[in-house]
Amino acid sequence: MQNFMENLQSQFYTNFIEKDRWHFLLDGLKVTLQLTFCAVLIGIVIGVIIAMIRSTHDKNIAEMRSGIGRFILKFLNFLAKVYLTVIRGTPVVVQLLIVYFVILASCKNKLIVGMIAFGFNSGAYVAEIVRSGIMSVDDGQFEAGRSLGFNYIQTMRYIIIPQALKSVLPALANEFIVLLKETSVAGYIAMQDLTKAGDIIRGATFSPFMPLLAVALIYLVMVMFFTFLVNKLERRLRNSER
Amino acid sequence: MSDNKTLIRVENVQKYFRGGKIKALDGISTEIKKGEVVVIIGPSGSGKSTFLRCLNLLEVPTDGRIFFEGVDITDAETNINIHRQKMGMVFQHFNLFPHMTILKNMIIAPMKLQGKSEEEATEMALGLLKRVGLEDRADAYPSQLSGGQKQRIAIVRALCMQPNVMLFDEPTSALDPEMVGEVLEVMKQLAAEDMTMVVVTHEMGFAREVGSRVLFMADGKLIEEGKPQDIFEHPKSERLQTFLAKVL
Repeated sequence: MQNFMENLQSQFYTNFIEKDRWHFLLDGLKVTLQLTFCAVLIGIVIGVIIAMIRSTHDKNIAEMRSGIGRFILKFLNFLAKVYLTVIRGTPVVVQLLIVYFVILASCKNKLIVGMIAFGFNSGAYVAEIVRSGIMSVDDGQFEAGRSLGFNYIQTMRYIIIPQALKSVLPALANEFIVLLKETSVAGYIAMQDLTKAGDIIRGATFSPFMPLLAVALIYLVMVMFFTFLVNKLERRLRNSER
Repeated sequence: MSDNKTLIRVENVQKYFRGGKIKALDGISTEIKKGEVVVIIGPSGSGKSTFLRCLNLLEVPTDGRIFFEGVDITDAETNINIHRQKMGMVFQHFNLFPHMTILKNMIIAPMKLQGKSEEEATEMALGLLKRVGLEDRADAYPSQLSGGQKQRIAIVRALCMQPNVMLFDEPTSALDPEMVGEVLEVMKQLAAEDMTMVVVTHEMGFAREVGSRVLFMADGKLIEEGKPQDIFEHPKSERLQTFLAKVL
């Protein structure tokens, strides 16, 4: 038993303390968080836009007069559908590699490449979440907005989207948590994120147990922390309407 | 053709649903003059609500024309949003914005659409709230109010845009009986102030007492119109007689 404990202690020392190896983990964590936050912001922007196009199309196309507006809407909806199908139909690692080696091959900043790749990936999932939120808002809300004189975009912006986002907040938070874990494949383009950091330590010390366990624990703690924050936010939102 | 007292002129409006299978409005023509309280009655499914919703183009008529303040709003070139600012609408299910306080519900449109400052809009909103006896609920959320209170808020929210006409789509139909009175009271006040109103309702008492003209609709057609006394005391058409026999 004592032997085992001593062994653990020395492993801990080699993996984290010696040569300040814990810095790898800290820097990796920074990269992972930066990547996730930026990607989720890009994802929400893309997602809301795509969701607006899709829901506008689904709600109105049947009654629209034929003309340039109808054509543009149909075209945008087509593009949105292609985007959703391609992104959701291919693995995120492949998308990441394509962005890095093909689309943004000239971009030397890996963080930007990662943000864009994960952002566009996340956007597709966010889009469908937000769309379900928009569709769940009562039609009467829309009519009330229009009857006051708001145009379509204003009604969306001031009345529909705030309610839609609120009702899909848990799903959006879940998407953030999924993304946080998904960025662990960023090592494929040699980004030094948290997972890669653990791998670097493992490669230097040849002991896999400690660094990989540490990486897993850090992910777990982050996910639990963000889940806690989201629950709190949800409660606050609920209370604000009572 | 129409003098300057005409606010809304409706010419042979038709509305089909589902690609022509359902005929909701079958050639309606009428005029609504300034200061009039026009009450629309009729059996359910007669097209009353569809007609009202056509007036501010929430439903786009399949055929026919609607003029508001002399402008053809059914023309595709017309910017309907501008004209809707002058047409307040009150819905059966209130449709208050649940994510905003009562005050915010009332000031958002004047601020965003008429460029009013927050102070200006708030001052007007509080004045209107006082008139309907709800000034202490300005910071409440819609879910904290009773049905009658919600509908009174919906009315003053529309009034915040200082409309030239108010459209009411069965404003008391979703209310508990004891709350109907408080809403009708606000509407009577409004009528007494010479607001032009178009009201779809099942409240025959209101139609008789407050209406300056009553339209009776059935099967998407305008069957009979006239002064409340004539409509209720001396109905001419058989359709109206049967209807009144059932509801009175």
